[in-house]
Parts: sequence; structure tokens; C-alpha cells
Amino acid sequence: MAYVSVKGGERAISNAHAWLDEARRGDTNVPELGVAQIREQLSLAVDRVMMEGSCYDPDLAALAIKQARGDVTEAIFLLRAYRTTLSRFGASEPINTTKMSVARRVSAAFKDIPGGQILGPTFDYTHRLIDFGLSDDKTVPAAPLGDTPVAEHIPAIASVFAHEALLEPAPTDADDGAEPYDLTRQPMAFPAGRDQRLQALARGDEGFLLSLAYASQRGWGNTHPLCGEIRMGEVAVEFTPEELGFPIEVGEITVTECQMISNFEGSAESPPQFTRGYGLTFGHNERKAMSMAIVDRALRHAEVGEAGVHAVQDEEFVLYHSDNVEASGFVQHLKLPHYVDFQAELQFVRRLKKEWEEARANSDTSEFAEAAE
Amino acid sequence: MTAALSLQDIQPGFADPVYDAQRIFRRLMDAMARPGRIVDIDADIVPPVPGLEGLSAIALTLLDFETPVYLPRGEIGEALSGWLRFHCGCPVTTDPQEAVFAILSVTELLPISAFNSGDPKYPDRSTTLLLACPALEGGKHVSLTGPGIKEAAHIAPSGIPDSFWNEVMGDRSQFQLGVDIIMGTSNAVIGLPRTTRINEES
Amino acid sequence: MNAPSNLPANRVYNYAYLDEQTKRMIRRSILKAIAIPGYQVPFGSREMPVPYGWGTGGIQVTASIIGPDDVYKCIDQGADDTTNAVSIRRFFARVADVATTEQTEEATIIQTRHRIPEAPLQEGQIMVYQVPQPEPLRGLEPRETETRAMHAYEEYGLQYLSLYESVAAYGRIAGGAGYPVLVDERYLMSPSPIPKFDNPKLHQSEALHLFGAGREKRIYAVPPHTDVRSLDFEDYPFEIQSWDEVCALCNCDSSYKDEVILDDDGNRMFVCSDSAYCGERRKQGHSGPLAGHALDQLDQPEDAE
Repeated sequence: MAYVSVKGGERAISNAHAWLDEARRGDTNVPELGVAQIREQLSLAVDRVMMEGSCYDPDLAALAIKQARGDVTEAIFLLRAYRTTLSRFGASEPINTTKMSVARRVSAAFKDIPGGQILGPTFDYTHRLIDFGLSDDKTVPAAPLGDTPVAEHIPAIASVFAHEALLEPAPTDADDGAEPYDLTRQPMAFPAGRDQRLQALARGDEGFLLSLAYASQRGWGNTHPLCGEIRMGEVAVEFTPEELGFPIEVGEITVTECQMISNFEGSAESPPQFTRGYGLTFGHNERKAMSMAIVDRALRHAEVGEAGVHAVQDEEFVLYHSDNVEASGFVQHLKLPHYVDFQAELQFVRRLKKEWEEARANSDTSEFAEAAE
Repeated sequence: MTAALSLQDIQPGFADPVYDAQRIFRRLMDAMARPGRIVDIDADIVPPVPGLEGLSAIALTLLDFETPVYLPRGEIGEALSGWLRFHCGCPVTTDPQEAVFAILSVTELLPISAFNSGDPKYPDRSTTLLLACPALEGGKHVSLTGPGIKEAAHIAPSGIPDSFWNEVMGDRSQFQLGVDIIMGTSNAVIGLPRTTRINEES
Repeated sequence: MNAPSNLPANRVYNYAYLDEQTKRMIRRSILKAIAIPGYQVPFGSREMPVPYGWGTGGIQVTASIIGPDDVYKCIDQGADDTTNAVSIRRFFARVADVATTEQTEEATIIQTRHRIPEAPLQEGQIMVYQVPQPEPLRGLEPRETETRAMHAYEEYGLQYLSLYESVAAYGRIAGGAGYPVLVDERYLMSPSPIPKFDNPKLHQSEALHLFGAGREKRIYAVPPHTDVRSLDFEDYPFEIQSWDEVCALCNCDSSYKDEVILDDDGNRMFVCSDSAYCGERRKQGHSGPLAGHALDQLDQPEDAE
């Protein structure tokens, strides 16, 4: 009976949870998946969960993926809900990506750049042929080492342009000592500052940013982007405890950074030069970092004197709708009971329909009367 | 720079921060939702300044590092300052416009217009004034109307300078902007949110 | 009333789940909301262990006000035994050591989604609403920057225009739930998706009404004894829903009704949406045309709680 299905009691809930546990485990003849296996062998999913979950903890992200049965958005939600209960010790020092221990670094702007092009572990030139050999356990030989070690300090792409002033200077916010905006403690506010915008994009849904970036490339907010540089590798995280007064290294994290370059014709105020968009993610995620950089640049349209007419250039549209925990909740809450409001709608539509039928019956009668005359 | 705190002079705060704050907050919420009603505040703390039990308990309940507070000058302010910085971690400000909360005594009032009355788009970004009174009865009678009040309420807090009610009336005329006021003694408070309209009684 | 089922020793999270700093921030927002009735106070809404849309705003408001002496009631669509209401009630029984009840009269805090109980609210009671979209103008103007300015300068022409257009199209003001109200003749407010049937209960109510929107990060309030007027026109006055049918179980002719489909042949019955109210009436001996129906059993208090 329909009514019973929505009148769930305590027992229905606990039984449903038991069933969910069983479904997650799957066939018990198949060995259970270990968290370490997820962390090591599904590492790109772990990276994405850490990024959009706003919490760098590969073991916890792997556990969340296991608990979520591989549903990455659900895993992100799990990590967020856990993160919000953690106490804060303070903010770390800004990471310095020019001191990155680089595993991959490419530029599409120049054939060679200081520090060199480093291909690294990329899918880019793989042939997307399913490797049937992977369905069996096999030993993977270690990748060969390069002949020369990677430079310790690889300058950012901006340094290449430095002599000609062809690239806008990095938008540096004057350090007024104020705490950066924190969306996990403060609601979204407009106009959004750069800190708020980049935080929202970094936490934003990869698919949403990808589609926005793609739309802008196709002309819906034309940003003429070119990948100035992508680098991926490990950076040190430093923290200055109040009682010490100097920074200490608390660990290393893997990040992917993208500097997107767009040309700009110049305006009365600014000379023609290239402008930037910036993307940064935890772990290895070039699709997200590049999309973020393109969307960042599109949202800077007012700063560089461009008209903002497309969705990707509208900060209220982009920033309010990029969070997949919010979006997923609001879309899916429609499956909760709405029969009180639906009853109100039903009453209204029934009344309108009745009136419509009466009016039509009346007009039929009068037409009939006219025809008879 | 703020001066270092001398910890041996600091009186303890709530015996049970979680339950005490919850209990005090409910009383305070009741006071703000029903302006003009005298609401008991069972503070159960040793305040930094005698007689400020009620308002000090409210400060422990509401203030923290996110809420700059404006304090009176002189000894009372100093005693409060050390105590609040220790228990709440709140910044102390000398700019009344910057104050999220202000703790004042009726004997040394600032004009209400000195405080922040909010922004038309964000009227919530206004100062809440915690005003210490000698007693909530025995003074000049005023009648109150507005949200939270069935028909009218009558109060007569004592020790209030004559100019104060005129200032409150002036502040109320600029709704949705306004300074919200909590009048308190050692063990009771009256809420006067900006919606409360003041009529002086003869 | 059910006794508390969880003791502090078993708790791994703070009392009432939220940390004290978050509670303070929400408490400050609640006080400002009460001081500016109907105005939406932005607050630093936290991620909760249930999804946005499942009552995260209402849960944060409740968690910030609730204490061990409270008696907590939670309803969804008017009913205490709806799945999500059961789940949220369990949450607070577990994390806040509160007694829970299904009786409106016994409750000090009533958390709700989409209804106000039929029994009159009393002084000392607090209604906590779960709000999906706090902005009454959002359907007419998607931009927050625009709607915030409209509230700031009391420019509600767009809302009246929309009501007028619905009169022109349908011969009456459309909208059955979440019907906009003007609070203390100043702020336009969404009463949350309660049916307009419930709107009059907000006017000059004895209770305090708190509204929490978690995803949209807004808190607003209607204090007791506050004017709350549903928008209308002189020649098209505000009216509430009514039913030709009585409640099939308790014979009530004045409550808000759920429509229950009985079979595939178009047979249906109407029952009170407020399950506690309906159950109380049946206990008092009221009996509707389908009394004894299987549904009668469903509204009894759960045994295992």
C-alpha cells in the first residue's frame, strides 16, 4: 500500500541500512577490498575526494570511497561531514610551488622552457585500448629513471615573460594581515574576493567546472585559453605555531597547479598583454586544475575590462552552483515526501480543471444554441 | 598589541560551559523574543566586576574570537577586558562602530548613535548593547509595543539618564537599522530589540 | 513521552553534536533574526551528517537551542512517523539526551518540515522549521544580489506583480504552499513550504518561530505576538484550503488532509496530515467513515523506541 511505503519506522531504517551494508560488500566469495588498495590503486579517485572534500588525508578519503561504494560525490560528502567536526589549530603558510618536487611539468606555450618539459605519469599519450592483461595479477616493472635529475627549483612560467612585460603581473592581494575568506565558516557573499572565488572553485565539482570551461572555449564566454604551464608534484606544508614564531614543516602534499594564459587586446587602461587564470588541486588532477583556471579567468572579466554576458562569467551563477554536496542534496531531497505541498497543488489543479470544463461545456452549449438559430 | 594577561586575577567562568551556556542562551532568547519581560538569569559565576553576574554570563554565552567588544574605560573596563580575553578570546575594540557587542553601565553611557546600526542590506551587522542597570524596577516608566509584545509592556529600569529613552526612540525610527539592547542586573535581563517601540509614560 | 535513551558516557561528539563555537555563532544569528523579524540572517552553516535538503538548517537551529530539559517533537508532512522525522528525532535523542514526544502540547521544541501542528501552540514552545529556499523572491529573481537589495529598500512590487499575473491567468492567486507573508508590515518572508492553510497560525502566535536554511545558509524568525500577513488583494482576499471530505479515521472536518490512494480504481480517502492530532481525536472517541482501516494502526507510537 502506498501509504505504508512512506511511513517508515525505526525498523525500516535499520533494515535498509543492513541491506546497504550487504550491497556494499557484494559477493562474499570475492575478497574484501582493503583501504590501502584503494589508496594505492584508485589514487586519482582518492585525490578527487580529498580535493572536493577539502581535507588532505589519503587514508580517510580511501575509506570514504569504500564506504560510499565508489560513489565519489558521496565519498566527498562523508569527508566534508567529518572535516567540519575537526578543531582548527590555525592556517598554514602559503605553499610555494616553485619549490615543488616536480613529477610532471608541461607547457603548451613554448617548445622548451627553463626547467624543461617533464612528461611524468600521464594518460595523455596512452592508446585507450582496454588492457586485458590487467584482469590478472602481474608484476609491474619499475619505470626507468632519467639520465639527469630534475632541477630543484623550476621557475614558474611567468618568469619567461618577465623581460617583456607581456603577461599581467600575478594578481597579488595586498597582505593586510586579514585572514583569508573561509567558505567553511562564512556564507558566500558578493562581490566575491579572489580568495573566496578560488576556494569555491577548488572545492567545486569537477564535472561542473569542466563543462563551464568547455562552454567558454566554444564561445560561451570566450577566454582564448592556452595552457601556460601545468606542474604536479610534492610541496612542503609549513605551519607557524604561535609559541615558536617561525615556520616548521608539518608534511608534504601532492598538488597539481595550472597557469592558464589568455590573450587580451588591451583597453584604454591596460596595454595589450596576456592575462592569467589559476587552478590548484590536491593530488594529481589536471582536468580539474585546467578547468578551474579557465573558469577563474572567465570570472575575472570585469578586472580586465571585458563584458560579462555568459554564464561562466557570472560569479553568482558559478559560485552558488559549483558545490556538489549542496547540489546533490537539493536535487535529491525531492525524493523526500512532499505530499503536503502536492495536495495543495492537486487541489488547485483540480479546481482549475473543473472550471475549464464548465466553461467549455457552457461555450459548447452556446455554440450549439447559435447553430440552432 | 594587547598587554599580557595576569592569570592569577582571572575568576573562573562557567562551571559547565556546555550546559550553562545553553541555559543562559535560552533565557536570553526568551528575553529578546518577549521584549519588556523581566527574565531571570541564574548566572552562577563569579564575575570580574561585582553586580555584573548576569551580563558576564551572557558574554560567556555569546562572545568569542569573531566578536569585537567595546568596553567602558577605567577599572571596570580593565577587569572585564582581561576576563573576556581569557574566557572568550574576543578582541577588545575602542571603536564603537566596530563593536559586535558593547558592555556599558548606565553611569557611563555613550550615545546610542555612536554604535553600529547595521547596513540596509545587512541590518544584522549591528552592535548589541549589554547595558548594566542597578535595578530593572523603580525607575521612570516607559511602555513598549511591537513584535513579541501582546498589546503593551511596561518597564521602569532604574538609573537610566533621561536622554537615554530619547536616543532609543531616535534609533528605533531608522528600522531596519538599529542597535539591539539587553538591560541587565546581577540576576535578570530585559530585552529591547530594535523592533520595540518606546512610549514615555507621564 | 519517551525517556532519554543515550547517556553522555556513550557520546563521541559534543552535546547536541555541534561544537560550542558553532553554537555561539548560530545563537548570535538567532538573536539578530528575532530582532529583525522576517529578515534572513546569513550564517556560517556547517556541513551536517545528513544531506542538504534533509533538514540541515533546522537541525543546526535545534542543536543550538536544545538542552537536557527540553521535550522534543519532530514532524515531517505533519506526521511523527515519517522516515526522516524518525531519523532526526533519533539523532537528538542520541546526541542531546532529550525526552521526545509525539504530543504537540508536551513539546518545548517542535522541529518541522512542511506543517504547523493543528493543536494551538502555547507560550514557551519553539517551532523550528526546515527551509529549502528561504528567499521568497527567488522564483521571481534568481540573483541574491538583487533580492537582497529589494528587501533592503522594501521593493516588493515584483511579488505583487506576480500575484496579479496569477489572478489574471487563473482568476485567483495561485500558490498552495510556501505562500509569501509580510512580517510586522516590513519584511517579505517565505513561511517555508507549509501549506497556506497554516499561514494564519503564524499571526500573533503564542510561540516563537525559528527558520533554518542550511544549504542557503540563512536563519530567520517570527517572534511571538507578531503580525504576519499573507499577501493578497482587496478584491482577491487570501483564502486557505478546505476539503469537502472529513478525515476518514477521526471525522475531523477542519484539519489539513493527506490524500490516500486506496486502489487502482480511483478510490481514495482523506486523513488528517497531523498524525498526533488525528490519533488524539480517535482516542477521544471520534470515529470517521473508515475507522478501523489498517492506517489506524500506523499512527500508534512505535514500540521499539
